[in-house]
Parts: sequence; C-alpha cells; structure tokens
Amino acid sequence: MTDDSPKLVLEGVHKSFGDKQVLNGIDLAIDDHEVVCLIGPSGCGKSTLLRCVDLLDPIDAGSILLDGVDITRKGVDANEVRRRIGIVFQSFNLFPHMSVLDNVTLGPRRALGVRKAEAEANAMELLERFGLADKADEYPNRISGGQNQRAAVVRALMGDPDVLLLDEITSALDPELVGEVLSVIRGLAERGLTMVLATHEMGFARDVATTVSFLHEGRVLESAPPAELFADPRFERTQQFLRRVSEAGRL
Amino acid sequence: MAEPGRSGSEPVELTERPEEEQPPRGRLLASVSGFFAEEGARAVVVAMVSTIVFFGVAIALVVSSPNWPKLKSQFFSAEDFSASFPDVLRGFWLNIELFFWAMLVIPVMAMLVAVMRSLRGPAFFPFRLLAVVFTDLFRGIPLYLLIVLLGFGLPALDLGGLPNGVKFWGIAALALSYSAYTAEIYRSGIDAVPESQRSSARALGLTQWQALRFAILPQAVRNVVPALMNTVVSLQKDVALISVLGIRDAVREAEIYTSRTFNYTSYVVATLLFLLISVPLTRFVDWFTGRDRSMRSQSQV
Ligand SMILES: Nc1ncnc2c1ncn2[C@@H]1O[C@H](COP(=O)(O)OP(=O)(O)OP(=O)(O)O)[C@@H](O)[C@H]1O
Ligand SMILES: [Mg+2]
Repeated sequence: MTDDSPKLVLEGVHKSFGDKQVLNGIDLAIDDHEVVCLIGPSGCGKSTLLRCVDLLDPIDAGSILLDGVDITRKGVDANEVRRRIGIVFQSFNLFPHMSVLDNVTLGPRRALGVRKAEAEANAMELLERFGLADKADEYPNRISGGQNQRAAVVRALMGDPDVLLLDEITSALDPELVGEVLSVIRGLAERGLTMVLATHEMGFARDVATTVSFLHEGRVLESAPPAELFADPRFERTQQFLRRVSEAGRL
Repeated sequence: MAEPGRSGSEPVELTERPEEEQPPRGRLLASVSGFFAEEGARAVVVAMVSTIVFFGVAIALVVSSPNWPKLKSQFFSAEDFSASFPDVLRGFWLNIELFFWAMLVIPVMAMLVAVMRSLRGPAFFPFRLLAVVFTDLFRGIPLYLLIVLLGFGLPALDLGGLPNGVKFWGIAALALSYSAYTAEIYRSGIDAVPESQRSSARALGLTQWQALRFAILPQAVRNVVPALMNTVVSLQKDVALISVLGIRDAVREAEIYTSRTFNYTSYVVATLLFLLISVPLTRFVDWFTGRDRSMRSQSQV
C-alpha cells in the first residue's frame, strides 16, 4: 500500500434484497481526508451502501477495500473492521436504557477492552468538544434530538475510526436543530476526518464535500467536486434530480 | 425513508427514569387514594354503601338457601378448620419451597432458550433448532400430563445419575413448562427492540453476544416485565398440581383430611392459603404494570 492509494474503495459492489437489485455495481474511491456526499433520490440505495461498507449487510458481489485490504473477503473479522469504521444512522440510535456516557463508552469498553476510567475520560473530552459535557449523565429520552444525534456522533468517534459514515443524520431532526449537528460535521471535516455521508441537504453537501456522488439505479452515475456537479452536471438524470431538489427549496 | 430492515417506525422509547420522580411507596399510596380522589367524600360514601348492599344481598341469598346449613358444616366448619389447619399449612410450606426452586430455575433456563433462539447466522442453526423444539414440546404438553409423565415415568426408569425423587421431577416439570412459556415472553421482548438497535451495537464492533447482552436484552426484559410477573402469579398456583404425584403439599394434605373425615373444610383452608399469596402478588403486579405504563407515557417526549 502506498500513501496516495485511496482509503476506501468500492469495486463493482452488488446487493439485492430478494428480487430487488439495490446496488448494481457501485464503483467509488475515497481518499484519505476526503468528504464524499452521496446524493440521489429516495430508495436509490444510499443507506444500503453505507450499511454494506460497515459490513452490517453482506454484499452479493464485488469488493470493498479499506486501506487496500478487502474487508468483504471470507475470514475477515467483521467486528475488527467495524471498530475502524464509525457509522451514525438517521434516527437516534442511542441505547435508551443507558446514560449518554454509558452509550458513548460501551464500544471502547466492551469491544476494545479499554478500562472504564480511561474510556470515560476520553468520552468526557469528546463530549466537552461537542457541547455535551453537562448531558453525560442524562438518558437519551431526556435530551433533544440534536443532542441525541451529536451524542451518536461522539459514540461513533470513540474508537478513533479511520472512516466515518453518516446516513442522513439530520433528516429526522426539527429544522432548528439541524444547524448544530451540521456544524459538528463541518468541524470534523476541517480536522481532516475521512467521511462518507448520505444527505438530502444539498447546501451542506456543497459546503463541506470534496466530492459529490450521484447515485442512480444502484450505480454511481457521476462524481465530481460540488462546484462542478451542482453547476454543470453531465447527465440528464443528475440535472433532473437537482432541478427537483431545488424546486423543493433544498438547494 | 427508514433504514432497511425496519418497517419505518421510530424506535419505541422505553426508557424510564424512576429515581427522581416519586418514591415507589408514595406512588402506591397515591394510586390507592387516587381510586377515590377525583370524586371526593360523597363518592366514597356512595361506593361504601353500594358495596355493603351488594355483598349483603349476595350473602343473604346464599345463607337463606335451604342447603346452607349442610354446606356450612361441610365446607366452613370451625372445628375442621382448626383441626386440618396445621397439616395443610405444613403442606403449604412445601408448595412455597417448590415455587422457590422453580423460580430459581425458570428465569435462567428461559433466558438461555430465548437467547439461543435469537442468535443469527448459519453456525447457530442447531441452537435455534434446539430452542424451537424445546418451546414447542414443553408448551405443547399440558402441564398436568408433563408432571405425571416426568414424576411417575422417569423415577421408574431408574436412570443412573439422575435424582429419583418425585419432588425433583415435579419441579423439573414445572420448570420445563414454564421456561418454555417464559422463553417466548422474552423472545417477544427481544423482537420488540428495533432492529436499528442491533445494528448500532454491531456497528460499535460488539460481537453478536455482546450486542444482545448489553444493548438488546436489557431493553427486551424491560418490555416484558408485566408479562413475566403475571407468569409468576400463575406459577404460584400451578405448583398445586404437583400434589398429583402424592407429594404431601397443601392440596394433598387437604385431600387426606377429607378422605378421613368426609369434610371439605380442609380444601377451604388450602384455598385461603393460596389466596393469601396470590392476591397480594396480583395487586402488586397490577400496581407495577400501571406505574410502568404511566412512566413510559411520560418519557414519550
Ligand atoms: N432490509 C431490506 N429488505 C428489503 N428491501 C430493502 C431492505 N433495505 C432496503 N431495501 C430496499 O432497498 C432500496 C434502497 O434502500 P435504501 O434505504 O438504501 O435507500 P436510500 O437511498 O437510503 O433512500 P432514502 O433516501 O429514502 O433513505 C429501497 O427500495 C428499499 O426498499
Ligand atoms: Mg436512506
């Protein structure tokens, strides 16, 4: 592996649910420190793609390489891979029976065997950074959606992942809470964390992405820097999609 | 769009934070007095009068029946009550003991079965199969038959190494049957935890077992506490079925007394003893379930 080889590579990734072909040969290469935004109509497979990368769903064909190593091969320890990849889902998936602090330290303590005191010290540092230090002992249903989602980001960051996957993490939020979560992501982008995010927030994608990839019918139809893709999409499909989005007032 | 594998519904918020809210005892009192609270003093008087009238009429009807004196001497005789009481009570302690052992075994065995059944992946197929066979079998056999089969059958086989006591097999029958039911209760609790919770746990790098242990099971058990407690009430009564094995429990003692004296008061003694445990237990379950429900609706922000 050389330094300039991509961090994450998807080659011909196929995935179907029953008869339904959801991913139909996804090719994607993501460099270190890149922020890739996946856009596309609802149902085009963005969530499925992210879940496959985190090995939460098995793929049918193709391969996914992390640091040049195929993580979809037989015999790869999926738990090991998942520890190197963080993921945050659309709806808050903090564990409701645990305090924020316990949620955030569960992974390091159980999966990585970090001692409790150490895990909690690390957690408090991160919670502090994300403005959640005073919520550490609260339970998820006692804090706002935005705070939940920020806590979920902290939880995903605890293992110091190589790549962070974010699946429409603001779409379940009240509009006034979207900003606080997006600014957290912006901060992570500035720190150079490699991220792949599925989003409907085109403004945000334009702002934070290094590359925007448009998914259509289970393939990456086109990928380009945001300025280029939003201003001058090459494909008719992309244009149509962007036009619809801008009519809906989301651009 | 929801994530795959979830039918679009938001995860049910199941958390509760009881500590700060009200001490349980305060809540119990509040809920008892709450029975009347809204209507005030007049309502209390109305309720009392109508209760007295209702039960008064009912009792008067029974007592005025021409057969009442005979019935009274056969079922409610004071002498027979005190004569049979010590033996029946001693038998009842045995019921309590059996109940106690069953209560130790059932939660553990049931959890084991439920966990085996919810493991995923082809490697765990034999475990899942075993769990399915277990629940189908022991839920399918009437408890009474199971007690007879195990209690009379297995000791007769005289298998080396296994205890021969009728008591042991009686408890085993209860434990197997109730574990099968309880495992299904646990499983329904596990199934009610949104799939996304499992994904979240796995995404942290937890193994399948760790995800169950730390993320899924605590929520699952919380989901089904009321159902579990109802099972306890019903177990407490079903313990009496063991008397069929000739074990001298409360029911058996009552039977012995009756066959000696042709008086049924001993059965009433046994009935009262069972009620003494099961009524408070049922009240407690009701109170707890109500509290649980109100706390959940509070936490639904
Ligand atoms: N577990 C599953 N079983 C069956 N079908 C599924 C499953 N998960 C996803 N699908 C289907 O796969 C397709 C792609 O779903 P996916 O959630 O990846 O889309 P998406 O691009 O994330 O959409 P959205 O923008 O609405 O979130 C959809 O048609 C969906 O119905
Ligand atoms: Mg999605």
